[in-house]
Amino acid sequence: MMNYFPDEVLEHVFDFITCHKDRNSVSLVCKSWHRIERYSRRRVFIGNCYSISPERLIARFPGVKSLTLKGKPHFADFNLVPYDWGGFVYPWIKVLAETGIGLEELRLKRMVVSDESLELLSKSFVNFQSLVLVSCDGFSADGLAAIAANCRFLRELDLQENEVDDHRGHWLSCFPESCTSLVSLNFACLKGEVNLGALERLVSRSPNLKSLRLNRSVPLDTLQKLLMRAPQLVDLGIGSYVHDPLSEASNKLKHAIQRCKSIMSLSGFLEVAPRCMSAIYPICGNLTTLNLSYAPGIHGNKLTKLIQHCRKLQRLWILDCIGDKGLGVVASTCKELQELRVFPSDPFGAGNDAVTEEGLVLVSAGCPKLNSLLYFCQQMTNAALITVAKNCPNFIRFRLCILDPVRPDPVTNQPLDEGFGAIVQSCKQLKRLSLSGLLTDQVFLYIGMYAEQLEMLSIAFAADSDKGMLYVLNGCKKLRKLEIRDCPFGNAALLEDVGKYETMRSLWMSSCEVTLGGCKTVAENMPSLNVEIINESGQTVFNLDEGQKVDKMYLYRTLVGHRKDAPESNQTYLKCRGDLTRSDHHEPSLNDMIKDMKLKNISGDDDFIISESNNFKLQSQLFEKEEAEIMILKWKRL
Amino acid sequence: MEGSVAYDNDLNLKATELRLGLPGTHEEQQAVSSSTVRNNKRPNGESDARNETAPPPKAQIVGWPPIRSYRKNNSQPKKTESEGVGIYVKVSMDGAPYLRKIDLKVYSGYPELLQAVENMFKFTIGEYSEREGYKGSDYAPTYEDKDGDWMLVGDVPWEMFITSCKRLRIMKGSEARGLGCGV
Repeated sequence: MMNYFPDEVLEHVFDFITCHKDRNSVSLVCKSWHRIERYSRRRVFIGNCYSISPERLIARFPGVKSLTLKGKPHFADFNLVPYDWGGFVYPWIKVLAETGIGLEELRLKRMVVSDESLELLSKSFVNFQSLVLVSCDGFSADGLAAIAANCRFLRELDLQENEVDDHRGHWLSCFPESCTSLVSLNFACLKGEVNLGALERLVSRSPNLKSLRLNRSVPLDTLQKLLMRAPQLVDLGIGSYVHDPLSEASNKLKHAIQRCKSIMSLSGFLEVAPRCMSAIYPICGNLTTLNLSYAPGIHGNKLTKLIQHCRKLQRLWILDCIGDKGLGVVASTCKELQELRVFPSDPFGAGNDAVTEEGLVLVSAGCPKLNSLLYFCQQMTNAALITVAKNCPNFIRFRLCILDPVRPDPVTNQPLDEGFGAIVQSCKQLKRLSLSGLLTDQVFLYIGMYAEQLEMLSIAFAADSDKGMLYVLNGCKKLRKLEIRDCPFGNAALLEDVGKYETMRSLWMSSCEVTLGGCKTVAENMPSLNVEIINESGQTVFNLDEGQKVDKMYLYRTLVGHRKDAPESNQTYLKCRGDLTRSDHHEPSLNDMIKDMKLKNISGDDDFIISESNNFKLQSQLFEKEEAEIMILKWKRL
Repeated sequence: MEGSVAYDNDLNLKATELRLGLPGTHEEQQAVSSSTVRNNKRPNGESDARNETAPPPKAQIVGWPPIRSYRKNNSQPKKTESEGVGIYVKVSMDGAPYLRKIDLKVYSGYPELLQAVENMFKFTIGEYSEREGYKGSDYAPTYEDKDGDWMLVGDVPWEMFITSCKRLRIMKGSEARGLGCGV
């Protein structure tokens, strides 16, 4: 009966399906669903900007309004990728502008964003509302000025941890008086001084403002005035928090803060005089998110006292100066805690305050809802990890970084294989895992065996042989991103199953044992993969011979072949034999294709990339014959 | 096959004494494991540097620990935020039984400072004018500067003041009036 619904009805039903994975699944059911979904899709996520082109994006989704793009590989965050590697957003904005797309939202991560792009963006899309830049670079205050001045209906300007070239504050004064639509403004990562009067007026005329994160230059008395004008705030990032607790300014602040009954998220304290924390206590009871990871000035008793007021906390980001004892306070206070991140306050020292396995065990015992962890610590034991695994079987993200990269269990002197093994065995929903410490091939055997839902794995200074990598590639069926540095994995591991890489977004290997020859073999056999080699030792790749190891290899699936914007000097693509669209494929049967699809678990992917590929166009045509039956089956699964 | 690296359990070879860092600082275990890590790799600048003296191995490994560079560049070490960096001066008030101490760094200017002092000792200072000093009350805020002279608070720019002020004294009564209040 379902095939007789008019398109509008199906479209209305699809409106309720917002998750990317589900929409991708919907699009594979049959030809008519593919078509309806296509035209009604508003939000698109592209996990690797080089996996597809803006032209093809628009051809598939002409009604796109919100685009999320990610550029550089994750390890670029740690300076492992040359600054000129790529990830430019300009070509995307240009094409979107030229084809008249009604873009309203752009979310970018690890991309190069020039002032020119921001200017073009601000002038090309009348209804542009939301710009979110995370860990991007390439722009200055001038680009921001263009956004402020030209985006008449701007609702969101959210700048998170970007490296900005210049920090002048003039951009904030560029918001016209007519701009009253702001809901979210986050400029905490900028260093420049903004015009405080302009800021106050902007906040005054933004009745919908819910999220405001200030930078270091905004002083306390301005903060107090802003809070008085925006008591409806839900998310606050404090810039400078320096005052004498006995002063009038402090009293005024207390009064202003108390009026803000909706604040649930607090961050910043970029400059802080810790004696004044008591002014914050009245709002602590409502906080669900607290980020003090940029506030080393709050530590010791001041920190623990603050946390003791935060009984509803679900997400806590903190520095390791909290110490194991402080984590004990977290464990006894924050019973709703789901996410904990503990960053090192002194990455290169052996700080006395730093946390150890004890703190983690305390939190795991006290916070049963814990499901996401990023933990930098001095040491870890197998016993502790086993206890944590028992206490918290719900981990979705488990990222452990022992500061000394190959440190064994200090009590037993053993590798941490058993500890991590316990984590993957117990946490059946684990999607992301980062390993550290001394590790042999054994831990990878466990990961391959137990980590069935694992999507992202980060490995450094681990394993004994190719077997480690093979266990993972063979075992983790849902693996999407694998990033490896300084491990003894070579060509045997790389080449065992190159088809696997088509089911993944990307593979990064640096300071491993793979050679130019190995990389070439992958490239020559897999036209759907780009294989990039980055050699920083000053030697161009062309001078390497096949037996030489490559410094860094980054391979990723793509539908659009080699990119044209790679820096020539230290990088290359390995060209594949033959064409991307060669027609000498034998036609697979429907059964083969379904089996293939199941094995590769492709339809569940966030990215729509694979559903785009030629194989699936063919498949949808075949589906149309058995439309009704298939629809009902798929509907149930959704 | 070239992929395999035999990682022997070198951890027990304390006798190797491949120590990095100053003697007595790191545990031997840490130093040994870090220096033997992946030594079979082709030599590059990093591993050579690691075998030299002084800085701990972690400081030499590119991209380790894996912290976003924005965070690395924007996290000040705890020490500069500690209270030891404040400029603490004694504050005495004529007639008060004991002195107080305040941190001049906490204030951004004279009005804030004076208000704080007023609150501390529960009195009012009066209006400052360049010509006449503090009018309208019995009190005058003064400070001892680097030369040992007693000066009226407010005459010099704030930045100059906080670097030259050694202690504060709230003068009362006739002594206060004698400081050029023009009465």
